Amino acid sequence: MDFSTLIFKAIFLFIILLVTLVVAMYSTYAERKVAAFMQDRNGPNRAGPFGLLQPLADGLKMFMKEEIIPLTANKYLFILGPSIAMTTALLTGVVIPWGDTLTIGDHVYSLQMADLNIGILYVFAMVSIGVYGIMIGGWASNNKYALLGAIRAASQMISYELAMGMSIIALVLTTGSLSLHDIVAQQHGMHWNIFYQPLGFFIFLTCAFAETNRAPFDLPECETELIGGYHTEYSSMKLGFYLFAEYVNMFISSAVIATLYFGGYNMPFIDQLGLSSNAVTFIGMGFFFIKIFAFIFLFMWIRWTLPRFRYDQLMNMGWKGLIPLAIFNILATGAYYFFTSLK
Amino acid sequence: MTFMERIYVPAILKGMSITITHFFRKKTTINYPEEKREFSKVYRGQHVLKRDDEGRERCTACGLCAVACPAEAITMVAAERKPGEEHLYREEKYAAIYEINMLRCIYCGDCEDACPKEAIFLTDRIVASQYERMPFVYGKDILVEPMDLRVDISARQTSAVHDFKKNKAFAHNR
Repeated sequence: MDFSTLIFKAIFLFIILLVTLVVAMYSTYAERKVAAFMQDRNGPNRAGPFGLLQPLADGLKMFMKEEIIPLTANKYLFILGPSIAMTTALLTGVVIPWGDTLTIGDHVYSLQMADLNIGILYVFAMVSIGVYGIMIGGWASNNKYALLGAIRAASQMISYELAMGMSIIALVLTTGSLSLHDIVAQQHGMHWNIFYQPLGFFIFLTCAFAETNRAPFDLPECETELIGGYHTEYSSMKLGFYLFAEYVNMFISSAVIATLYFGGYNMPFIDQLGLSSNAVTFIGMGFFFIKIFAFIFLFMWIRWTLPRFRYDQLMNMGWKGLIPLAIFNILATGAYYFFTSLK
Repeated sequence: MTFMERIYVPAILKGMSITITHFFRKKTTINYPEEKREFSKVYRGQHVLKRDDEGRERCTACGLCAVACPAEAITMVAAERKPGEEHLYREEKYAAIYEINMLRCIYCGDCEDACPKEAIFLTDRIVASQYERMPFVYGKDILVEPMDLRVDISARQTSAVHDFKKNKAFAHNR
């Protein structure tokens, strides 16, 4: 890796970090706006034009709040919890191919931080570590509600990760690669995986809701039963980190869904336009973000439509519904490729 | 549950179709300081103590409004008009202190019906919000209309209203 690539990677990393944070920041604004619109209200519209400065005001408020660490709490773990949640949420972004290649001078740069050959597994690993942030935070609070929320989060994530992983296995059977770059490249020209794996997509989407702790699977922070769940004892910016990590997770999940099933940065009919490769890359990147925002909207749309699942319903759906469905999906996909390869 | 209910999806899609129609629906919110809701023409808001055409206070501190007030929001102290004050007060007796507690007032308008001197009226103005309690006890400095800013009460005090007030047959409506 030569020096110019390093510089490019550094700048690109910074941009991706910034974009992730800004998107997450404005997701909070979008969430409130979407919620308001679906409830026939206007939503935040006081801070700045259309309330656009509301996330800044919220952030400022979070910083100004008193920072409380309960006396009985485990101080180090209490601080470690939100740090892990935030770090793992941000780490996932490095394997996502944000765009095709960019040609500057003689150099060709890939708009993907790291093209790991096990990209999907990396995403899974990071998402799984994310639950530690919640677990540790809930445990360290030394509060029954927080512990209950943390335990719920852990059991929910484990249950749904199984189905999610199995839906990915079926996808890997189709693509034959674990690298996100290859998966996106294969989907070029409207060969989107959603057309080959509709059931897998459905399972993955459902599990993504559960993994990000979003409604209707937001049992870990279930306000009506558990006050705030795992972040009951948290205040100030540590609470902000937990809430913010959820939105970062939502953004990354949307990006992963768009990458795996909706062709990533691929855009229909882009080859017919006859543009230069850099222009194609930028348009593709824009299109990728449109897909991501559409999924973020879907996340919010679902949240403000559905009530929360009951805990037994959640477990029933995970173990008795999605996992058998995912196994069936693997078998069907495998059988299809086995019998088509016989001919 | 039937199979269709157990897989949740049809119900979820139905719910999503409902929320999306609400998403594009016109919002009913009135953004208060910028927009104001249209008031009824006969809205009863902050009181005014009227002056007559020569600018003299009409109120003679008879106390009928205080008696009529169901919320007991009105108090007053009467005083005798001194020689030389004829340009200030219309009658020989006037209200030295006239206070309405706006937190007690229920804006029924009985004081206005009770007034024999056409002195007190409710107007379409809104009582301003305050941080403390005491500023809501309005004295004469707020209630009496200024000479140069006469308050228009004609919206509610039409001739039909005057006839209604004069008709003894409707007195039970007060």
